[in-house]
Amino acid sequence: MNSVPDIYRILPEVILTITGVLVMLIDASIAPLRSRRILGWLAATGTTVAYLASVWQLSLPTGAGYSGTVETSPFTVFFHVLICGIIIVTLLLSVDALPEDSHHQGEYYALVVFGAVGMCLLTAATELLVVFIGLEISSISTYILAGYRKQTGKGPEAAIKYFLLGSFATAFLLYGIALVFGATGTTSIYEIAHNAANAQNQLLVEGALAMMLVGILFKVSAAPFHLWTPDVYEGAPSPVVGLMSTAPKAAAFAFLLRMLFEMFPHLRNIWAPVLWVVAVLSMTIGNLAALRQQNVKRMLAYSAIAHAGYLLAAFAGFGSTGIAAASFYTAAYAAMNVGIFAVVTIAGGYGDERPLIADYKGLIYRSPLLGSLLIFFLISLIGIPFTGGFFGKFYSFTAAVGGGAVVLAVIGLLNSGVAAAYYLRLAFAVAQRPEEDDSTARMPFAPVGVGIITALIFATIATIALGIVPGSALHAAETGAHTLQTPPPASPAPPEVTVMQSSQ
Amino acid sequence: MDSAILTLILLVPLAGAILVALLPDRSKLPAWLALITTLVTFGLTLHLPAHYDAAHPGFQFVVDKLWIENPAIFYHVGVDGLSLWLVVLVGLLGPVGVLASWKAIQRREKIYYSLFLLQQTAMIGVFISLDLMVYYGFWELSLVPMAILIAMYGRKNGPAAATKFFLFTFIPSAPLLVAILYLYARTGTFQFPDLRTDVAVGAVPAGALFWVALAFLFAFAVKVPVFPLHGWLADTFSEAPVAMAMVVAGKLGLYSMLRFHVGLFPVQARNIAPLLIALGVIGILYGACLALVQRDYWRFLAFAAMSHLGLITVGVYGFTLTGWTGATYQILNNELIDAALFVLLGALQIRYATSEIAAYGGLANRVPRLATLFVIVSLAMIGLPMLNGFIGEFLILSSTFSGVSHGWAIAATVGVILSAAYMLSMVQRVFYGTESKLVLDAPARDLHIGEQLVLWPIAVLLLVMGVAPNLWLRTIETAPKPIVLQQAQSAAKFYVTLKSRSFGEAQR
Repeated sequence: MNSVPDIYRILPEVILTITGVLVMLIDASIAPLRSRRILGWLAATGTTVAYLASVWQLSLPTGAGYSGTVETSPFTVFFHVLICGIIIVTLLLSVDALPEDSHHQGEYYALVVFGAVGMCLLTAATELLVVFIGLEISSISTYILAGYRKQTGKGPEAAIKYFLLGSFATAFLLYGIALVFGATGTTSIYEIAHNAANAQNQLLVEGALAMMLVGILFKVSAAPFHLWTPDVYEGAPSPVVGLMSTAPKAAAFAFLLRMLFEMFPHLRNIWAPVLWVVAVLSMTIGNLAALRQQNVKRMLAYSAIAHAGYLLAAFAGFGSTGIAAASFYTAAYAAMNVGIFAVVTIAGGYGDERPLIADYKGLIYRSPLLGSLLIFFLISLIGIPFTGGFFGKFYSFTAAVGGGAVVLAVIGLLNSGVAAAYYLRLAFAVAQRPEEDDSTARMPFAPVGVGIITALIFATIATIALGIVPGSALHAAETGAHTLQTPPPASPAPPEVTVMQSSQ
Repeated sequence: MDSAILTLILLVPLAGAILVALLPDRSKLPAWLALITTLVTFGLTLHLPAHYDAAHPGFQFVVDKLWIENPAIFYHVGVDGLSLWLVVLVGLLGPVGVLASWKAIQRREKIYYSLFLLQQTAMIGVFISLDLMVYYGFWELSLVPMAILIAMYGRKNGPAAATKFFLFTFIPSAPLLVAILYLYARTGTFQFPDLRTDVAVGAVPAGALFWVALAFLFAFAVKVPVFPLHGWLADTFSEAPVAMAMVVAGKLGLYSMLRFHVGLFPVQARNIAPLLIALGVIGILYGACLALVQRDYWRFLAFAAMSHLGLITVGVYGFTLTGWTGATYQILNNELIDAALFVLLGALQIRYATSEIAAYGGLANRVPRLATLFVIVSLAMIGLPMLNGFIGEFLILSSTFSGVSHGWAIAATVGVILSAAYMLSMVQRVFYGTESKLVLDAPARDLHIGEQLVLWPIAVLLLVMGVAPNLWLRTIETAPKPIVLQQAQSAAKFYVTLKSRSFGEAQR
């Protein structure tokens, strides 16, 4: 039944890996003090090819490869395209934003691309051990990227904090995998979907669900597992924050969808209330904490927590409606968040020379383009109609209302009202007339190059397009949702073999 | 032409906004572009009353196209007697706003006019949308340019006022969106005409409808604003640029009440009408009393406006044909009068750089044309016969007297009398009496040509609308009432009992 060569099933991952390796090899052959900007363009080109390969994968019949460990389906393609898109924008942004004298630029680009391999693998995996590998690849590269600015005190702190807490979270996930293996005798998601409901020891399955939820909710920075977020965002370079607040989250959400709707649908009456509470906690804690922030990146960190909450509201929706809404939200959120961090990278400075909201005062007077774009992305984050942010929230809460969670939708929308207060604080600071003797106002911006311009154009167009013609993106999300909902095909190979090999 | 006209009216200001944003910010280029765009838009809106078929009430110039498949959102636009003149009004206030901003806005004109035109689009969108989601989109969109402009051009503390304005109107729209989504979950449509039937035939459980209708009402009441939800009004009036402040209150909220609260949930609206009438009358009196004691003329204007908006609220919730006609007409009057007052007071602000009433005095000798126009507009606001304010107020008050209760009508009339008190004392304090130091020191500069171009036509219009109201009432009377009544009749029995209960008590 599996006539498609296995390699086609992981083509984007393969292309990304080759790109990463190439970047490292060429990096080694460039003289130490020469500009490494070319590597960024190389990485971006490779990712673009991977992007096209993902789109091409749509023409493949839905199915699994490599003994049922990875699959290609509209669902995986949706997230592959999204992740590759985010990576391209991040790379374009970094090419201009990273200081010219940085020796480690090669590593940076390679890590970004390797991270993408992990994220793509995570969304495509139908085998829990591959899930784990994908998650680790993506996490380790983001740990290092978070501490990329070694010279500042906050960089290493952010990296260590992220690494320690992140390792705990992955440990939880791994323990959950062990438990589910104990209960069902397999680590294949398809098999578990078949076996879990009839497993002898339901307590074990429920324990596994809880453990895995902890691990994933940490990755998506949902409350109460969000404590790392503000510190890490503050310490990491802005382009990296733009990346890690979107792409790894999208991948983690993709797996969460697969896990809950494909692997444990029979435990819905357990996980749905849990996620209800997590969603409410995330948005409320995120928004209330964000209200008090003076630092732009910390504020956006709390906003990210809140948005994880809005997204989780979609999980209250039934079946494909919920999945499609959640998928759409990841895309909408990615577009606007990558965009806003692109602006923050320039306006705040690569070394965070202007970190405070007060430093953004009068931005629109100093740079009308940056100022207007920042306000535009903030408006999208608030969720004003005709922007991607609106339809993200709209579909999410529509799914919630459709699933009967009217109260959750009310709490969510009231929360987005509260959130408007802090977004507006920044937006109005930008719109305010600057004081004449302001010294931060005089600090010149980094030159805005082709890379940044392209990145900003991408993010802006994506945000507007998702707000005005959300139809096609939603359609893609829905097609993906249906593939996740249809009963999985029987694995072509006996799963026991895979499991035994991997667990040794 | 007929089917494309509304889309054109919607897109011309939008295209203007984009064009202004793209072209360089050179001397008066953005202002000229904005003026041309608004004039073209106004010209296009005039097509509507010229081709509106009063013999066939209902929505006309309709376009109904699928926009998003799932959930089913339609680009469904159309106007009827209720919205027709409101669209024209937005069109008229466009050039008025540009000319009023001509001298007042001297920096960042590009951003200003671009956002101004975007605001035009949003307001037109609100009035013509017949799909609840599209309507909601424009409703929310209308907040953004307004808030940014208040923040950028605020007189003293723009960002604070802008935040207040935004949150006051944004937070209530959260329950509104949930209510719309709930209706969709129940009926599978966002289309206003379909929803109206679905609600009327009981497709939505009555218990839930109560909350849904309340969510609609709450969002609209804040926007009007109805007492006690007026916290944002005074700050916004004193901070917003003149051309923005003149469109911020009133028509969006009142129109939405008529169309989507009374029009969609007649039973629920009828139930809550006594409360709204009471709040309306309180608003009339409260606003009038506060207007009497204000020291700053922007705040004065805010409370005067609140008082007049209270009267229109009474007309809307009186549930009488005359009341609805009067209310719709009075929305137009009110907006025109407010716009004229904003231009006049804005002219004072530019010339004397203060909005403190006490600093003025004896202006009439120095700037006679400004004084004359101010008096004419004040008289229209008070409701002097032969001017437009009289017609609207008379319709509302008489319908309240005969159709609702004598008590409320008398209380509301007291408010109208008070309006004469505060308006005339304002005129007296600013324009007559001894000339103050401020007035003597500053050079006397009467209205310049741009301001006169705005004000004289409005003054003439005030007179024509007062003498020949039938030009407008003829169309206003056609469409909206039968719709509401049709529905209302289905629950007629219910009303009778209700009326004898709640209104009987009020009378006693």
